[in-house]
Order: sequence, then structure tokens, then C-alpha cells
Amino acid sequence: MYGLVPFTHAASSLGSLPAMLAFSTEPLAHLRTLDIAVIAIYFAMVIWIGFYLQRRSNTSEEFFMAGREMTAWIAGLSFVSANLGSLELMGWAGSAYQYGILATNWYWIGAIPAMVFLGLMMMPFYYVSKTHSVPGYLGLRYGKHASIVAAISFAVEMILMSGVNMFAMAVVMKVVLGWDLNFSIIVSSVAVAAYVGLGGLRSAIFNEVLQFVLIWGGALLVPILGLVQSGGWTGLKAKIVVNMTSLTGVRPDSYFHIWRDTGSFAANPMGVHWTGIVFGLGFAISFGYWTTDFLVVQRVLAAHNLRAARMAPIIGSFFKMAVPFIVILPGLLGLVLLQNPDGSRRQLVGEDVVNSCVAPTSGGPVAEQAKCSAAMASTTLSDDYKQKVLNGAPGMELHSYNQALPLMMVRYLGPGLLGLGITALIAGFMSGMAGNVSAFSTVWTYDIYKPLFNNKGSDSHYVLVGRLSILIGVAVSIGAAYLVMHAHGIMDYVQALFSIFIAPLFAVIIFGMFWKRASSLAGFLGLLIGIIFSASLFMWVKLDPAALAHVALSPDAKPMAENVYRGLWAFIFSALVIIVVSLVTKARPDNELEGLVYGATVLPKEEPVPFYKSEWAWAGLVGIIFIALNVIFW
Amino acid sequence: MHGSGIPIWFFIGVLLVIYGGLIFGYGLVELSSGAYPAGVELTNLHAPIWWGGTLAILGVVYVVKFRPGQSK
Repeated sequence: MYGLVPFTHAASSLGSLPAMLAFSTEPLAHLRTLDIAVIAIYFAMVIWIGFYLQRRSNTSEEFFMAGREMTAWIAGLSFVSANLGSLELMGWAGSAYQYGILATNWYWIGAIPAMVFLGLMMMPFYYVSKTHSVPGYLGLRYGKHASIVAAISFAVEMILMSGVNMFAMAVVMKVVLGWDLNFSIIVSSVAVAAYVGLGGLRSAIFNEVLQFVLIWGGALLVPILGLVQSGGWTGLKAKIVVNMTSLTGVRPDSYFHIWRDTGSFAANPMGVHWTGIVFGLGFAISFGYWTTDFLVVQRVLAAHNLRAARMAPIIGSFFKMAVPFIVILPGLLGLVLLQNPDGSRRQLVGEDVVNSCVAPTSGGPVAEQAKCSAAMASTTLSDDYKQKVLNGAPGMELHSYNQALPLMMVRYLGPGLLGLGITALIAGFMSGMAGNVSAFSTVWTYDIYKPLFNNKGSDSHYVLVGRLSILIGVAVSIGAAYLVMHAHGIMDYVQALFSIFIAPLFAVIIFGMFWKRASSLAGFLGLLIGIIFSASLFMWVKLDPAALAHVALSPDAKPMAENVYRGLWAFIFSALVIIVVSLVTKARPDNELEGLVYGATVLPKEEPVPFYKSEWAWAGLVGIIFIALNVIFW
Repeated sequence: MHGSGIPIWFFIGVLLVIYGGLIFGYGLVELSSGAYPAGVELTNLHAPIWWGGTLAILGVVYVVKFRPGQSK
């Protein structure tokens, strides 16, 4: 569910989540009865859906693949919603506050080309092979070994991510609402276990579509009201230029350009270069995530026919292009609209600064004055502002970048609307957990349990294994959540698992799908050695931060740049392994590759449709809008 | 959803009707009493009324269009 966030931003923002517990004795928001009612109705609805769908989840095809009867719209919304988690919303709103609309690249070039490519070029092979999962495709294409490596990596990652998601939700609910950590973990895990365990993938997909509507219903009002108050887009830009001129080392209007200042690492607030964005983010990472991550691909595999499966990512891409309106824009608006109680502009800071400036629960001056002063020295806060923070002036406590979105919600949303906004966040967290758990269940049952333990079970046996694996998966996730709670350092590593794995997997799948010569051994070694190479790069920078300059090719590179370049190098390395090993090993005969590889597959003929129903026409429209947006916000 | 059964759009419609109705109702109470929540900006725009109303109308459309038993 973390989508592209883990590759870059969330690894750092989530890593600091435990630190959020150290402060904010006073929650950001206080819910009224109406807000509580809105949240309770949501929980009642998801449980109702779970019970309702239980009777339609009796066979393995129904339970694991939602009966393969989703329309393009539902599969498409679920596909994009599976990536639209609460941490993504909050993390990228915080990033927009820090870096401006440069963060939009993660929604546009970091998603749209890959989504369209998946729909037009890759779905036919996924769909025609009738695989249940991405590791399943690897099994068909390269054999058991590559499939097992992918399946085990994926299953471990999914279950840990579910635990991290659970913990992250509990932390956010504590910080925003003051809820007890245990309460949030137990309620969310019971609800997820109930509705996914009962209704399987269909239930997860239903709730993702529901979540998508809730997120727009709950979050869209914030940028609308923010734009009204700031005088529209023009007024917002003018205010940011005034506010930021003296505060940053880059040109203040860099906050409104996604490409113009990426010619050098030092010229933009994010510290990235366009080569990293285009080749690392736009190719290796984006294509890796959107075309091979089973969590999102599983949604499209549930489509009711090939045309729907091809249309689903294209439909999703329209909505993906619109998401910055409810994520990036609130972050930008927060730059100029958030205020302290005395009317001064509220400046958000990093988690480390917030954590250094903890005030006693009874109120009063910050406990560790020297530590706080040292931490604030790295910020652009004025001396007067710093002194007020140190003195513990009422309402002058520090807030982190990640709180930009909740703070904006509290600013504009009254009773009922605030409940809807909070429900949107809860729904995002829960559908994230549900997505992880449902994907884990499928991979565990089909790609680990079936080939390794029992390949002669009945259909109902595998459904039972799937249901049990959901319960066990949720239980392990709870364990992972508490593990993260007590061993904060592992969060970075859990997040990194995802980014380490995805680029080599993409290399293996793309060569497997489009190059008949790629051999079974090449697939296995490309994946295994690629993962080891990617992990080594991660550990190199982890152990020696100065190595970032080598990985990202510049001493001016910032952490945001590391993951995009690491993804690129990991892809290139895996590709080289695949090519070299394939050339010295024997390829599989063409007849064994039918339905799996371009050039060895006769795709089923689709009935002709009017142009307005053609996936190619809609993909063309996506392309035009995508180019236009990049030109407008150049 | 393809096939028989209650479509997801119906569930969404029900939820939007409930949420929209509650928020719209609160907006009316707020407007009639003149008591606005402290700390919330732009209350003069009466967002709960028009936003809640929009959600409710959208919900009604979905409930009617996708009600169970309705042929496609």
C-alpha cells in the first residue's frame, strides 16, 4: 500500500513514526459525537460487506481472484486505491510542504507511463497465462526456483508491511486523536481479519473502491477551501514566493516547477537530478512497482475479461493524475495558511527537531533546552519563534511535515466533515492492511503451500488454507506491529525490503515477457543476485552515509535521490546478469513459452469496439493529458 | 461488479447518503443556531451544507441506479 512512497520518502518518514510518540501529549484534533458516528458507520459498513460477500467466496477462484469478474472500473479504482494509503497521503502532503510540486513527479512520471504500459503491453501475458500471482507467472516462465524466491520474499514483505501499516495507523491515531495504541491495533486488525477472511479478495477490492470514494469525499474539501482562502492558484504562488524568499537556498518559484530546476542536484529543494527522476523513478522503480508488485497487479488480474484487464490500469491512471490535487496541493497550501494561535505563520519541521523539543506533559518550557536549541539551529525558524518554542508558549509546540495534512483538515473541517476526513485516513490504513493480507494469502497458498507442501488438495482445502493464512497473517502482523513498537530501528529495514526487491523483479519479468532467449537459470540468478546487489547498495549507504554521493552520482544529492538511483543500478545489474547467463545457457523451446512470452504467444482476438471503448484510444488521451500537465507545470 | 449480487456502487451510495445526510443536517443546525466550531476557518462558507448536500445527492443517484435487482 505504500506504493512508491517507500522507495523514497516513507522510508524516512515512517522510520520516524515511533519518534512521534515521544511528543504531542495534546492530540491535534478532538472528535465530537458526530465524528465518532461517522467512523462507527464506516466500520459497520465494512463488516457488513464482509458478511455479505462471504457466501460468494466459496471456491478458490472466488476467494483468491474475486471470481475474475470485476469490471474495468472496479479493477481500475481498486488498482489505484491499493496504492493510495494514508501514509502516502500524509507523507506526500509533507513532502509537498518541504519540496513543492516536485513531489508530483512521483504521481505523474513515476506512475502514468508504467500504468499504461502494464495495461497495453503486459496484461495480455499475465491474463492469458491465467496465473494467480506474479510469483506464479515467474514459476510458469522460469520454473520453480525463481518463483519460490519471489514468493517467499513477497510473503515476508507483505506480512511485515501489514504490521508496519498497523503500527503506523496506531501512531497516527494517537498523535492526531490521542487514541490508545493497543486500541487502534486491535480494532483495525479484527476488522481486517473479519472482512478479508470472510470475503477474500472480493471484499478487499470492494473496500478499496469504498476507500477511494471516502478519500476524495473526505479530503477534497481541504484544497478547495484552502484555495478560496489563499486567493486561488495565483494567490497561493504569490504568497509562497513572499514567504519562502528568505527561507531556502533555492529559488522560491522552484516550488511550482517539476522539471525546470532538476538540471542540477543543488538547484531544487529535493536534491534530485532529472536523470534520476526519468530513468530511476520513471523507469526502474515505477515500472517495477506498477507492473510487478503483486499487491496492485492482483487487482487487475481479477478483471472479467482481457479488455477489462487492459482498461483497468488506464482508467486508474486518470485518477492517479488527479491525486496531487488532494495530496500535493494541501501541502503547498499549508506553507502559507497554517498559523500559530498568535497569528504568525506556523512552520513545520522535521521529526528529529520535534522529538528534540518535547515539553513536559504538565506544560511549561521544553525539557531539554540545549538539545532543542541545537536541533532548531538547522531550521529556518526565526529567533523569536525558537524562543517561544523553548518557553513552551501556548500553541507554539512544533509539528512535523507529516502533520501538514491533518493540520489542514483540523483547520477547515468541522464536526462531521472532520470525522469523514479521519475515516478516510482509517480506511486508507485498513485497506492497506487488507491488501497486504489478501496478497499474502494468495501467494502463500498458491506459490508456497501448494508447490512445497501439498499439491493434491481439493479446491475447498485451498480456500480453507487461504482463510487460515489470513488469520495467521493478521496475527503475525500484530506481532510485527509490536516488534516495530519496541525495536524502532527495524522499520527502516522493513520499508527497504520493498524497494530492494522491486527493481530486480522487474528486470526478471520484463526480460521473461519480451525476450524468448531468457533462460530459467538466468531468471533465478537475475532475481537472486539482483536482490543481493540492491540490498548491498542499501546497506552501503546505511553504514556510510557519505556513500550516497557515489550511489546518486553527486555530493549534492539528498536522500530522496538515493532510492531512485539504487533502483536504476539494481535494474541494470539484474538485466546484465540475465543477459549474460541466458547467452551461456539453453533457452526453453518456443512451444513451452506459449502464453508467456511476446513472439511465442498468439493473443486472443478481441471483438472490435467503437474507438471510445478502445484501450488504445484512452491510453492516447492519458498520454496527451500527461504531456500537457508536465508542460504546464514545467 | 460484473455478475449478480449487490454492486459495490450500491454500498457506496448508501454510505454517501448516510454521511451526506448527517453532515448536511449538522450544517443546517449550525446555520440556524449560529454556533460555529471554534478554530475552524471559513465557517461563513457553510461547507457542511453544500458538501454534505453534494454527497447525499450523489449517494441517492448511486442507490437508485445500482439498487439490487436493477438490470444493467
